[in-house]
Amino acid sequence: MSEAAVKFRDVKKTFDGKEFVLKGLDLEVEKGSLTAIIGFSGTGKSVCLKHILGIFRPTSGSIEVLGQDLGPMSSEELTQFRQKFGVLFQSAALFDDMSVLENVAFPLFEHRRNLKPAKVYEIAEKKLQQVGLESKHYQKLPSEISGGMQKRCGLARALALDPEIIIYDEPTTGLDPILTEMVDNLIVETHNARPGTTSIMVSHDLYAAFRIANKIAMLDSGRVLLYGTAEDFYNSEIELVKRFVSKGMKRK
Amino acid sequence: MSKLKSFINEVGQMSIMLAQSIRLIFKPPSRTVEILKHMEFIGNQSVGIISLTSLFTGLALSLQVYLGFKIVNATNLVGPVVALGIFRELGPVLTGLIVSARAGGAMAARLGTMRVNEQIDALDVMGVNTIQYLISPRIVAAFICMPLLTVVFDFVAMVGSWILVVQLVELDQAVFFDRINQTVELKHIMEGLIKSSVFGIVFALVCSYKGYHTKGGAKGVGEATNRGVVISMVMIIVLDYFLANLIRLYDVVMGNV
Repeated sequence: MSEAAVKFRDVKKTFDGKEFVLKGLDLEVEKGSLTAIIGFSGTGKSVCLKHILGIFRPTSGSIEVLGQDLGPMSSEELTQFRQKFGVLFQSAALFDDMSVLENVAFPLFEHRRNLKPAKVYEIAEKKLQQVGLESKHYQKLPSEISGGMQKRCGLARALALDPEIIIYDEPTTGLDPILTEMVDNLIVETHNARPGTTSIMVSHDLYAAFRIANKIAMLDSGRVLLYGTAEDFYNSEIELVKRFVSKGMKRK
Repeated sequence: MSKLKSFINEVGQMSIMLAQSIRLIFKPPSRTVEILKHMEFIGNQSVGIISLTSLFTGLALSLQVYLGFKIVNATNLVGPVVALGIFRELGPVLTGLIVSARAGGAMAARLGTMRVNEQIDALDVMGVNTIQYLISPRIVAAFICMPLLTVVFDFVAMVGSWILVVQLVELDQAVFFDRINQTVELKHIMEGLIKSSVFGIVFALVCSYKGYHTKGGAKGVGEATNRGVVISMVMIIVLDYFLANLIRLYDVVMGNV
């Protein structure tokens, strides 16, 4: 098995000390893979994601990201460590008082302070070109561009620091089928254009997961129910997986 | 009991946020640009409303004091009494209330919107320390701007007082200024400025805290803004009493009375 980018070892998480959201999660996401984490609502997908980013700390167990144990890191070390991530949010989460170009330039201004502004904007423009956003939109505010363009801009911003891990948090939820396909293709293109980069997509869109991911982890009740390829899912005898697959594929 | 618990918990959380904000001001990267941006918003954009309200505060207060002092034939004391009231109490308190309603409300709403739109999460995962980027500059800006705005308030309110006492009621201008000169000392003005700096920290902290911890969409933003402004205003008035006593105690200890 190749090197792991993210390793969950018996991770348990409770917020109130009584009910566990994660109940002993074990998962290894391979470096350079495009992995989808799927599951019904409330199965712990987002909590799992926030553990990868170090926003939540496990109640017990350990999480290793790119060979580093997140447990002993201070919050400031974690803040620094997060530069290795690029995250595309469900809502794109663009800064509404900044133009498209400024949004993409922002992480560069924050973390590449030795770069001159002209160079920063040059890199930002390059990232926007990579995700297929035309230059006529660069000076517009996020509210002045379409949802699809906002996603592209959000992805360009996530790529600004050349992250080692790109995380897609429900990237297609609430989008129409055409836009969904566009975002799916964008994820695959971005992943293929950056060999060695690990992509993790959290979604409940089974069809998209099967179409674009190399590996899929299905969560249920805070544990990994099945981790494998699309084929493994089709051939699974686990009742819940069979139900999820049949419902998910029927919907498409 | 649970309300008391959550109140104590919230005060504790705010204290931690304040301590973090102060510590992070001195840590790189520098947030000077952010501080200046917030100073422009809190300070510069408040000058108009502060000037207008202080002018009429000076006029109204002087009229009431004049009417009262006329009964006991002490109208030549209107100037110093109004000046002391303005410099020590009304200047910092009214400036605090107006600025917390205007700028504090905007702070809570802005941060609340950023929270519900995942913009704060985006900053977090980008490796940006959100306390340092969002909270510290607001607190520093309010701390610097509040005394400056109080100076504006004091000055314009005294202009209002002068208009009423000298121009409208036609008391002697020399007496008006002479009496103020004899009564008002630098420490009276400083008392107001110290209070206003504290009020600045209080409203910026409370409103930022409420906005930063907003939950639940547009409704949550509205609630955070409302609670931030209300708590700030109540705290300004309550703190004013305790600060006045504290300053008086300091004067007694230092032998300044």
